[in-house]
Amino acid sequence: MILHEFMTFEVLRVIWWLLLGVLLIGFALTDGFDMGVGALLPFVGKTDKERRVVINTIGPVWEGNQVWFILGGGAIFAAWPPLYAVSFSGFYLAMFLVLAALILRPVGFKYRSKRDSAKWRTTWDWALFVGGAVPALVFGVAVGNVLQGVPFYLTPDMLMPMYEGNAIMKLLGLLNPFALLAGVVSLSMLLMHGAAWLGLKTEGFIQQRAQKIGTVAGIVAAVAYALAGLWLAMGIDGYQILGEVVKDGPSNPLYSEVSKGGSWMAAYAARPWIVIAPIMGFVGIGMAVMGLRKGKEVSTLLWSKLGITGIISSVGLTMFPFILPSTVDPNSSLTVWDSSSSHLTLFVMLLCAIIFVPLILAYTAWVYKVLWGKVTEEDLDNNAQSY
Amino acid sequence: MEFGLVELSRLQFAMTAMYHFLFVPLTLGLSIIVAIMETVYVMTGRPIWRQMTKFWGTLFGINFVLGVATGITMEFQFGMNWSYYSHYVGDIFGAPLAIEGLMAFFMEATFVGLFFFGWDKLSKVAHLVVAWLVAIGSNFSALWILIANGWMQHPVGAEFNPDTMRMEMTNFFEVVFNEVAQAKFVHTVSAGYVTAAVFVLGVSSWYLLKGRHTELARRSIAIASAFGLAAALSVVVLGDESGYSASHTQKMKLAAIEGMWETQDAPASFTLVGIPDSDARETHYAIHIPYVMGLIGTRSLTQEIPGIDKLVAEANERIHSGITAYDALMTIREQRDATPASVRATFEENSENLGFALLLKRYVDDPRQATEEQIAMAADDTVPGVGPLFWAFRIMVGLGFSFIAVMLYFFYRASFRGMRFPRWALRLGVVIIPAPWIAAELGWFVAEFGRQPWTVDGVLPTALSASNLSITDLLITLAGFVIFYTVLFIVEMGLMLKYIKKGPYMDVEETDSWMERHAHRLRTHDGKGPFAAEPAE
Repeated sequence: MILHEFMTFEVLRVIWWLLLGVLLIGFALTDGFDMGVGALLPFVGKTDKERRVVINTIGPVWEGNQVWFILGGGAIFAAWPPLYAVSFSGFYLAMFLVLAALILRPVGFKYRSKRDSAKWRTTWDWALFVGGAVPALVFGVAVGNVLQGVPFYLTPDMLMPMYEGNAIMKLLGLLNPFALLAGVVSLSMLLMHGAAWLGLKTEGFIQQRAQKIGTVAGIVAAVAYALAGLWLAMGIDGYQILGEVVKDGPSNPLYSEVSKGGSWMAAYAARPWIVIAPIMGFVGIGMAVMGLRKGKEVSTLLWSKLGITGIISSVGLTMFPFILPSTVDPNSSLTVWDSSSSHLTLFVMLLCAIIFVPLILAYTAWVYKVLWGKVTEEDLDNNAQSY
Repeated sequence: MEFGLVELSRLQFAMTAMYHFLFVPLTLGLSIIVAIMETVYVMTGRPIWRQMTKFWGTLFGINFVLGVATGITMEFQFGMNWSYYSHYVGDIFGAPLAIEGLMAFFMEATFVGLFFFGWDKLSKVAHLVVAWLVAIGSNFSALWILIANGWMQHPVGAEFNPDTMRMEMTNFFEVVFNEVAQAKFVHTVSAGYVTAAVFVLGVSSWYLLKGRHTELARRSIAIASAFGLAAALSVVVLGDESGYSASHTQKMKLAAIEGMWETQDAPASFTLVGIPDSDARETHYAIHIPYVMGLIGTRSLTQEIPGIDKLVAEANERIHSGITAYDALMTIREQRDATPASVRATFEENSENLGFALLLKRYVDDPRQATEEQIAMAADDTVPGVGPLFWAFRIMVGLGFSFIAVMLYFFYRASFRGMRFPRWALRLGVVIIPAPWIAAELGWFVAEFGRQPWTVDGVLPTALSASNLSITDLLITLAGFVIFYTVLFIVEMGLMLKYIKKGPYMDVEETDSWMERHAHRLRTHDGKGPFAAEPAE
């Protein structure tokens, strides 16, 4: 096992930072429209038949889409164990909410149409709404908190992750104004994405309602994103690594010294090219909104994807090399250079990713191709196994 | 570390894991049974086999979705509730979990949608391929999960890094080809196949007893019994393999399962039944079968299997060595690059026992300050609960052998007696439906409860692994899981029963008319019913 020495630790860390972004973006682009569709469900479908059409647009694909999320969790565990340990336990109750919502969702898809009672189905409709809207909101709230830093520290002797605050207070602490604004960005952006998907997969009233709501959601997303950017520039402290930055040292966050202060926006002075990310965000959303208004289908979904990619990348690029800053003990902050797995693990995992990610993309594309086309009410009658 | 917190965290993990495993074994086995049925359909073109595929596929789908949904909880709970564990061994343990997602779960989840929605969109063969990809994906998932779990039982291919204060991978292949993981994988998936076989056999038996869907039921029993027989044999053989590997990897677990307090002269006898008594440190009223334990455990007549008392004494020594390692580690942490080589050497020498020093953290913050009394207490802690292990293991094994008998009988009737079955056997088939679940849950209990007091055997104690949460945190989520999971379970069971009662409802006309037209060449249409002639009736 010396092969891994051919790639430096530093390069591997950057690659895994990029892959983390790829997984999160992959999740937002695929499962994102599932969440958007779930949150839109009670509003774009008025009759049971209409709602079934809406559900069946994502019926065959949600399972695969959700794996992006699970894989994201797995990849954070494998490549960034301290990040996994600190964030999942620190955001404990918020994670529980997300979990509950994400469990509710698959069950809702699968079980809703298995009984005829109207009450049964309405109950599951709202379960699907919660299953879509709650995670969409919470993910944004989480990102908003990450940008502000969270109150954790690592004990000096054992590097044991500690998180300040207690149960409910910890959860309420996450719901601060900036984080909620970030939550609005992610919720509205995914609503727009869900609407773009429904624009492509449905026709008639459902399509029209979706495009109408999607237009508003897109405008809200753009405005909230701009506001959040302003707020980040004016009112939120950034973080810097002090002294010499060791990029290939052991993954021990306490080995580096970090200070809080200055602005995250300094990143745009240091690496001006990253401005491309927010530009992508605005252009993508703007074009998606225009597309929704004009009733364009394929191009709207693609623009929406571009917009989401831009917004998510802008967060990562702005914070680089920070991944999870600490407010109470800045030295404990997790960065790309000190919170990864070992050199060997990163290398082995990279090989796996190189083999399997293209395969995954290929067969996912094939499945979408097989399922290409609108879902109509007739389709539901023809397939006894539809939802 | 609060004692109550660790206990609650364990309770929650045990509960959610065992709940998850209500669905997993059926997914593992039923995915393959369904794929076999579809293969028969594609090869013979007989619509009855497509109907069977769709019918069992529907039940598979209802079950699959909860397996997936509750699996998300498992993936997240390590970080949520076991953050120090995640930090300490994530470098090794996280990799198989991520590979599971990349290689297996993605495949199974992407194609399962097409399995249900693709009947009209794909050619026969393409749909069959999709069905097999779902089955293969499910089984590969199990492989990687068990590699991760196997590493907790027998941590190979890793070493402690003082700079990062965690275990780091040194050899990926050792982790993957861990003998414990490989034996456990085959044992676990085989148990899943048995579960699905018993399920299919039981539901079909019920149909036959009711005189409904007899064509579907008889063929389903034929498939399930053949598949189930092979699987039931494999479960027992690989269970034995696990026992063999435990004799050199997890001696304490093996001794506890056997209620073997004192070391016997080789070859050790197997205690068939008895009443283990942890206070008196002996097993009362034990009935022994000579030689058997020695043969299972060591595959020899001369090797000794150490008893619990001897292993506790060994643990005591290892704790002392662990304290030496801990002391050296603290020096290394303080002086970093300036650490004298002699201290590093001392650490290297004793580092494999570092975990034993961490056992003391339950009693004292700094293991170096521990008294001999505390060390003795920590050494005693290395003995898992003997009584529950002893019994859980015996019930599991008893059930395992009974599955072989049941499958063998049904296989014989299906293959050589014209797919006709006596009523008593069909009733038995219905009654034993829950048995494989009981066996599987007991199996996990033996594996994980028997691993205590460690999360990673000999490396990291459970008491140290939990997240620094408040009791309130745990009570909220525990209550949430109990309520949420109970509701889901009721909904799931309701739907399962509804769809079993409903029976096959797809392609009914096409299948029936085909069966009529081809009655002359079907084995089940020889004029005799599905019941064996019983002398008494």
